[in-house]
Amino acid sequence: MSAHVDNHTHEDDHGHHHKETFVTKYIFSQDHKMIAKQYLITGIIMGIIGILMSLLMRMQIAWPEKPNAIFEALLGKWAPGGVMDADIYLALVTIHGTIMVFFVLTAGLSGTFSNLLIPLQIGARDMASGFLNMISYWLFFLSSVIMVISFFVETGPAAAGWTVYPPLSALPLAQGGSGAGMTLWLVSMAIFIASSLLGSLNYIVTVLNLRTKGMSMTRLPLTIWAFFITAVIGVVSFPVLLSAALLLIMDRSFGTSFFLSDIFIQGEVLHYQGGSPVLFEHLFWFLGHPEVYIVLLPALGITSEVIATNARKPIFGYRAMVASIIAIAFLSTIVWGHHMFISGMNPFLGSVFTFTTLLIAIPSAVKAFNYITTLWKGNLQLNPAMLFSIGLVSTFITGGLTGIILGDSALDINVHDTYFVVAHFHLVMGISALYGLFAGVYHWFPKMFGRMLNKNLGYIHFWVTAVCAYGVFFPMHFIGMAGLPRRYYTNSNFPLFDDTQNVQILITIFALVAGLVQLVFLYNFIHSMFYGKKTVKNPWRSNTLEWTAPIEHFHGNWEGEIPHVHRWAYDYSKPGHDDDFVPQNIPFKKGEEELQH
Amino acid sequence: MTGLLTILILLGITIAIWQMVKIFDLAQANRDTSQVANNKDNSVNAYLMLAFLGFIYFITIISFALWGDLPLVSNSASEHGPEIDRLMVISMVVIFIVQTITQFLLHYFAFKYKGEKGRKALFYADNDKLEFIWTIIPVIVLAGLIMYGLFTWNDIMNINEDDDPLVVELYAQQFNWKARYAGADNVLGMANVRLINLDNANILGLDESDPNAQDDIITTELHLPVGRPVLFKMRSQDVLHSAYMPHFRAQMNCVPGMITQFAFTPTVTTAEMRLNPDIYQKVKNINKIRNENSKKLQAEGEEPLDRYEFDYLLLCNKICGKSHYNMQMKIIVETQEEYNEWISEQKQFKNSLVQN
Repeated sequence: MSAHVDNHTHEDDHGHHHKETFVTKYIFSQDHKMIAKQYLITGIIMGIIGILMSLLMRMQIAWPEKPNAIFEALLGKWAPGGVMDADIYLALVTIHGTIMVFFVLTAGLSGTFSNLLIPLQIGARDMASGFLNMISYWLFFLSSVIMVISFFVETGPAAAGWTVYPPLSALPLAQGGSGAGMTLWLVSMAIFIASSLLGSLNYIVTVLNLRTKGMSMTRLPLTIWAFFITAVIGVVSFPVLLSAALLLIMDRSFGTSFFLSDIFIQGEVLHYQGGSPVLFEHLFWFLGHPEVYIVLLPALGITSEVIATNARKPIFGYRAMVASIIAIAFLSTIVWGHHMFISGMNPFLGSVFTFTTLLIAIPSAVKAFNYITTLWKGNLQLNPAMLFSIGLVSTFITGGLTGIILGDSALDINVHDTYFVVAHFHLVMGISALYGLFAGVYHWFPKMFGRMLNKNLGYIHFWVTAVCAYGVFFPMHFIGMAGLPRRYYTNSNFPLFDDTQNVQILITIFALVAGLVQLVFLYNFIHSMFYGKKTVKNPWRSNTLEWTAPIEHFHGNWEGEIPHVHRWAYDYSKPGHDDDFVPQNIPFKKGEEELQH
Repeated sequence: MTGLLTILILLGITIAIWQMVKIFDLAQANRDTSQVANNKDNSVNAYLMLAFLGFIYFITIISFALWGDLPLVSNSASEHGPEIDRLMVISMVVIFIVQTITQFLLHYFAFKYKGEKGRKALFYADNDKLEFIWTIIPVIVLAGLIMYGLFTWNDIMNINEDDDPLVVELYAQQFNWKARYAGADNVLGMANVRLINLDNANILGLDESDPNAQDDIITTELHLPVGRPVLFKMRSQDVLHSAYMPHFRAQMNCVPGMITQFAFTPTVTTAEMRLNPDIYQKVKNINKIRNENSKKLQAEGEEPLDRYEFDYLLLCNKICGKSHYNMQMKIIVETQEEYNEWISEQKQFKNSLVQN
């Protein structure tokens, strides 16, 4: 099948209207646009599950002792009489984290938009290998199913936190969830990593090899730069997590001692000797930290594109934006130790990681300033995609700034693993990346489905979400600075924290409202997919190549020749042109000069 | 049955919201809902941007006003505590300034440059000088913070064994803490979990033949003499735990198979801290909350809550299993005399063993 994916060297080849059955078109599709939609819809379903879990946790924290009929209904035997079991609370913490980080914000975000946009924006007929791409999606689907199934095993799902530190995750004696639930978690993640690697390799090869004529690297839209570098980080760091998972499987099932040593539990001494949990922490965070940027960079790439298009202005400092993406990617691989300042590793190593961690604030700051300058003297089209992008910059700044505290080893001693951390990373990677995902959906929905979303529902969705996101996570910093540890099933055993309980309730109310308003989005998404207003070819009057392709989808993207590229993607409001945009495939006028960027 | 009913109700609520959204959607059938923003949309959302900026400032001020007493930024009870607190305050001031300015610029620009049909944006793609400036400013600010942070970190983590610290082992297990004092020789006896023998009550796995172990003292409360450096050696018998002592600005993981360490000098006794006006006020406030909760509990025929009295605490701060949320140990800082008296009442290891 992959034979008909064209290399741009034979551009006279036309798009294919070859025969497609229902199965090859909608299920085992090799068309990147269909695969993107599959990723998006699977991601949305996983997102609903993940968000629902967070709401259950929030209700438990806010009203810990009261029996809750919702718990009884949704958790069944895990909430006898409507009182949530302490183990299942930790399982919710664990699976919520895993699903949101990997299944929604890695696969759902990167999978959707890398697949949709890489071929369309660089001018290729499909991914380098449509077949691998299909396998990548179906592995992701399989891993999603396994992760969800783990909720139905007798001893409960994995409950050692999304970081699954051994020995807790390694010993069924330590925790019910470390039995079959953990095995399923590890299997699911191993498959997920395989899926992610296949996807990333495909993205890298496609970007390097299949760019249309004239699309030099320095003319790539920032979306593509972000997806490309994200894929590189993924290829570098995901295998390390795979090795950690495999070694953990060995320790659990085959009696090795990579991460375990000297353990006495439930009245017996275990045979493990010589391993170290700290080794697992290193391996985990070697992926775990770059993972933050795997989640964030695509969101920033989408934001760059959406902000420039809707500000009707070139993105400010294109070169600096590309440089900062590369700098962030490089630095992201040498900062993992800031998760481990107090793990028992050598304090000197702690100072090295403090240094590299605070360095990463510099390219991040450059990006934020450049976004703000792009807005300056623009002609801002405040559609829902633009609102989510501006919202992203706002939460990225708010969440990023507290990183200065957490990245500083001396300060981390005290706020490590408190709610302060929860507030920080939810704002800077959770909410920001989610906003990026929403911005992408609102912006490229017409490209994906040929129809428009209802903008007024979009406005409601954004404003309620934006207020609630700050309502949830801003006060959370303060309960963190009161010293309240996270992952506590209830705080009622510590009278010391009694005065934070009213904040917890406030946060939960904001969270519930935020959860409900996502229904508006869901309605808008499903309804508009079938009944939305039909779109025009280039609704945002955008410069990038995807909007030169026909609205109707077919394998091959363009009828006839793939457009050639003559300029960068950001000639918005360029003097000397009547329109306020000049698509990339329009040749230079006589005497017009290319910007030296 | 209630379960099914609840699911039906939740489903009902979902459908109700769905239908409301649908009605809203259909009511706009004749309006322009094509997702492309028109002048009116731009104008309305521009003002909302300004309002949102106000909301961010509002929630910041409210948070500081209501919950800004920040126990982790003031009233530390260890020698290095004020250093961390000072760095924390400086970092927060920097963050606060940057946050206020950048959020203003972002939302104000979003308001000011709202789109109008027919207007053209300024074509402005690059300015090396400007970009250099906002690269170099964070570099300078961060360099300062990094330097300050690293000096503080080194001060805290460099354990100086010359000033004769009191050696105490913190021993973690699911789901409680034990403390082991080194006794008169101030040297902890050798120990390994493989030596645990529940039959003769050697619960921490001390080497029974080690002379240093004989005078070790195992307790379930942590007593510390004020003003003397304490060197903690941390051990765990089963999974990762983290010894978190927020009032002392101290935390270190307890890792099975290795010994980790952390040292600090307590500076304020428990009795003195209870009289500290801030803490006194906080305790009073908490008791007010507990009284109200007690009234509600009593109305339902349940036991009222105990009165809260301030104590330093050691909490577990690394997810460790089912009862992670209740793994704590009381810490009492007292004068040297009080401490001496207390420790002399505790059983030494050699006397704590059960002879069969």
